[in-house]
Amino acid sequence: MNGFSDSLATAFGLITSGDADLWTVVARSLAVSATACAIACGLGLLLGSRLATARFAGRGVLLTVLNTSLAIPSVVVGLVVYLLLSRSGPLGFLGWLFSFQAMVVAQSLLVLPLVTALTRQVVEDAENSHGEQLRSLGAGNGLRALLLAWDERYALLTVLLTAFGRAVSEVGAVMIVGGNIEGFTRVMTTAIALETSKGDLPLALGLGLVLLAVVLVLNALVSVLRRWGERAEGGRPLMVAA
Amino acid sequence: MPEVSAFRLAPDGPELGGAICLALQRAEVRLGITGQVHALRGVDLRICAGERVALVGSNGSGKSTLLRALHGLVPLSAGTLQRPSDPRMAMLFQRPHLMRLSVLNNIALGLWLQGVPWREAAEIARAALQRVGMADLAQRNARALSGGQVQRLALARAWALRPSVWLLDEPTASLDPHAKHEVEALIAEFCSDGRGLEALPGRALAESDQALWRLAPQGLTTLVFASHNLGQVKRLASRVIYLEQGRLLADLPVHAFFNPERLQAVCPSAHLFLQGESL
Repeated sequence: MNGFSDSLATAFGLITSGDADLWTVVARSLAVSATACAIACGLGLLLGSRLATARFAGRGVLLTVLNTSLAIPSVVVGLVVYLLLSRSGPLGFLGWLFSFQAMVVAQSLLVLPLVTALTRQVVEDAENSHGEQLRSLGAGNGLRALLLAWDERYALLTVLLTAFGRAVSEVGAVMIVGGNIEGFTRVMTTAIALETSKGDLPLALGLGLVLLAVVLVLNALVSVLRRWGERAEGGRPLMVAA
Repeated sequence: MPEVSAFRLAPDGPELGGAICLALQRAEVRLGITGQVHALRGVDLRICAGERVALVGSNGSGKSTLLRALHGLVPLSAGTLQRPSDPRMAMLFQRPHLMRLSVLNNIALGLWLQGVPWREAAEIARAALQRVGMADLAQRNARALSGGQVQRLALARAWALRPSVWLLDEPTASLDPHAKHEVEALIAEFCSDGRGLEALPGRALAESDQALWRLAPQGLTTLVFASHNLGQVKRLASRVIYLEQGRLLADLPVHAFFNPERLQAVCPSAHLFLQGESL
């Protein structure tokens, strides 16, 4: 218990100290994960929605592969990205290995299947429940996918939070492709791993609690945004331009 | 009546001798992943423009499937569906789904999906809300409406599309008596106002609707509805179709359907059904 209370005190001290190095690492963690989530969500929401309403040969196999990819370990994703971005790899010319971009690519690939699979499930449930109504009004497969996704936007917000949680908490991929370089690619999770290996467990746990606190604040903000949105509901769907 | 022949059934349908707006020939519908549910079996049906057809039968008899097949929402496993090339059909479900939008935007969205620019769609939507007495609820979240209001909004959304064919799947089944009365009155009103033959903004009138317009400028709105409410069937329908296990067993004018001796002679199982429903 002493260890835990020490960690709480350390975490509190870290948060209140205004330590510039700590907040740089926190900011980098958030920037990497937010950018990766933005990319993965942009693609995953579209892909998942489209998959939910599309019917084609091999769809079942594709969904099985997609659901299986949810279980890919982050170190495997890191390794694949490492091989792609290493000097001898096909994308080596980019010179992204051990950089911010490499960490973003790895985390994007890590959460893309998650966003796609969960979006597909949410939108397909909506399609089964009331897709027929939209079809009777004349909405084709593509438009229906977008409308159903818009209609389920609050459920999809939870998907986005899940994706962000997965991205910000993973360590394997960013460690491999980022290298945990101080002041350059060190993020919260790699810093925690480093402190643990050095034996400074209170500091490691304290950093973990700081990470949790940051995610808690983000969740609270999204929750407020969601409630505000539900109250102010009534706007036209985003895809309606005219 | 030379205009009648101009009413061409499409996409590849032959020209028919009467103003038939919907026709099914030996229609079969199988549902489920392996087609294990035989929902419609060899249904032959011709519905003329302006007819008011009630579909009756016990649960699972195929009423809803038949409505969906007429709309084209359910593909036929065998047989043919003939209908105008550009049918303006409105389908009303027992529990209509409303989008997480305002009442006004729910109607406007239906029009927008038909190609009407959003601004004009919103104008038409306002008129539609006025028509169903919900103008004051225009900006309310559609998910916050009562059952009766939801059904009235769904009717307004359908009416705004100016359909020439209304397909209603037990539209008042889950409503209280007051809401039931209101919705039924609106259905009767909408199906007699002839507005279904007007073109939507920015869209030409379909060839088939032009032919109908020449036939009857007052309007020939067709109504096909499924109902368990026999009083409603008597009030709204001119013709009654009885279905059992996906088969069409009786197709009679409404007065003949509610004549026990005649029904007993034509279709004993429909007579039994009617006796059961009347208990």
